[in-house]
Amino acid sequence: MSQVAETATPTEDDATYDGLRLRGVTKSFGSFNAVTDLDLDIPRGSFFALLGPSGCGKTTTLRMVAGLETPTAGTITLAGQDITYARPYRRPVNTVFQNYALFPHLDIFENVAFGLKRRKVKGIEEKVREMLDLVELDTQARKRPAQLSGGQQQRVALARALINEPEVLLLDEPLGALDLKLRRAMQIELKRIQTDVGLTFVHVTHDQEEAMTMADTVAVMNLGVIEQMGAPQDLYENPETTFVANFLGQSNLIEGAIKSRSADIVVADMNGIDVSIPAGRSHTDGDRGWIGIRPEKVLIGDPGEQLDAPGNSVPGGVVTDVSFVGVSTQYLVRMPWGQELQVFQQNTGHRRLYRTGESVDLSWRPEYAFLLDISQDASAGADQVDD
Amino acid sequence: MMWLRRNIVLILGLLVLVYTFIPIFVVVLMSFNDPSSRNVYRFDGFTLDNWTNFCGPAGMCDALWKSVQIGFLATLVATILGTLAAFALVRWDFAFRSSTNLLIFLPMAAPEIVLGSSLLALFVSAGFAGQLGFWTILVAHIMFCLSFVVVTVRSRLAGMSDTLEQAAMDLYATPQQTFWRVTFPLVFPGILGAALLSFSLSFDDFIITNLNAGTETTFPMYVWGAAQRGVPMQVNAVGTLMFVVSVVIVVGGELNNRRRQRALA
Repeated sequence: MSQVAETATPTEDDATYDGLRLRGVTKSFGSFNAVTDLDLDIPRGSFFALLGPSGCGKTTTLRMVAGLETPTAGTITLAGQDITYARPYRRPVNTVFQNYALFPHLDIFENVAFGLKRRKVKGIEEKVREMLDLVELDTQARKRPAQLSGGQQQRVALARALINEPEVLLLDEPLGALDLKLRRAMQIELKRIQTDVGLTFVHVTHDQEEAMTMADTVAVMNLGVIEQMGAPQDLYENPETTFVANFLGQSNLIEGAIKSRSADIVVADMNGIDVSIPAGRSHTDGDRGWIGIRPEKVLIGDPGEQLDAPGNSVPGGVVTDVSFVGVSTQYLVRMPWGQELQVFQQNTGHRRLYRTGESVDLSWRPEYAFLLDISQDASAGADQVDD
Repeated sequence: MMWLRRNIVLILGLLVLVYTFIPIFVVVLMSFNDPSSRNVYRFDGFTLDNWTNFCGPAGMCDALWKSVQIGFLATLVATILGTLAAFALVRWDFAFRSSTNLLIFLPMAAPEIVLGSSLLALFVSAGFAGQLGFWTILVAHIMFCLSFVVVTVRSRLAGMSDTLEQAAMDLYATPQQTFWRVTFPLVFPGILGAALLSFSLSFDDFIITNLNAGTETTFPMYVWGAAQRGVPMQVNAVGTLMFVVSVVIVVGGELNNRRRQRALA
């Protein structure tokens, strides 16, 4: 059972919350629950990312907000208005679709003007020109979508949604079809536009790096529930579940028995070595747990060497694999209890490189360690990072 | 030898084209024929009489006009009904959908003589034996055109993802606006193709028509009847005219397509 993370402190009075709020939202397809009892608060003006592997329910959640799916149970409110069952064309919500879904029979201008024309807004010509300027496509107005490159089509899709100034803009893997370089450029561009226009963006992605670079708040979703939600840095530094620990970056998870708990420190016996974990980073009440440490937080040194890490020192390792990747060197170190731990060492030039077969000591500062529930699968999410 | 081997495909292709077009060429040629006798089908001399005196043969233009009327009406009704049916079959999940698909396909697979005679039996048993004519022909034509319309429009629709319609709805288009602004323009080429197909099917149908025509005469029936006593040369003029019209439609459609392709390229 994965823990459902607590959502941001809910404002008690629904009618006064001006963001997007989901309460107890469930979507079933037959006997399969795509989304289970989801609670979510997305503050107005925020850049929110729903991150998860394919099939985790993130796109279904998005489609329910857009009105393209109807929830089986629960409510969706936007700025105090219940929109759970509102028709898609009656909600102040617009979507940038995964494959853009540009109208092939209309030119770029007409594509962008589509929403305004349906609402009979005044001054369409001028607004469309401004929007095309914003996404730097002013010279392409009379072309058909198929004449544009992928990146340009992506910007048309964005312009077509943004021009309506929706309360919430939904982005369904909007950068998935672009190559890496263009994707990086568009990430910055999207972030810039969001800051400029100040709309609420809800971004669905399976790319953890994309979610972390762009969003203020990231919700990690798995199997229809939210595993954890928070600022990218908090999620990465202090994961609450093994899924989050593995899906966002990489983690070493080592089994340990809890020896003592105090107000601010938990001490655990890790295969005969005492290690301590800050109480605020302990996410289990059991007498056993997964002691987690990020590979780049682990220091590697000669046996008996005084490493710059008062606290958790782990002797007796043997290097089994070395990969030099330029900015860092990645080691696999076999520990006395048989487990291989990952260690990333920055190539600062101050530390020597170790070779396969050398004996080493490992060490890390206690404040970087975290403690997770032993009942969770230690490899959850590890094989699902990036397609 | 090498030359032959290299060009054999081209030569065979040309031969097939010649084989296909010789009958049409003969029809065009004969539309300018000045025959010496009604019974010998032979080019005797050049004349424009068949074109200037187009409606000369008794009954021919009446039959032609009848066929055009029936073709037009049958196309109109079959295209509308068939398009609606295609939408239902692709976009709605209802009970008996797959059996409906099968039933729609049957008229295309059944031999015309079977369809024609069973329709006749139906009309007679329903008490329309005395009223066979324009309306029974029309009903029959709508019936067999319908299948072709459904199949054509359905394939066009099936190839179209409904994401575009969702995008339209997301952009404040009501279901009606979504249909007329997005769905219809995208399906239209399929509908147009279905209509053209229906017209040509209806226009040249003989077997089913003949069985259900009563005293009415359509153009194919006129030609059939006339062939017993020697075909008037004006029939060739009609044939030529039909050929020119279809070429214009096909070439026009192709040019339009290329223009669009270029715009999309």
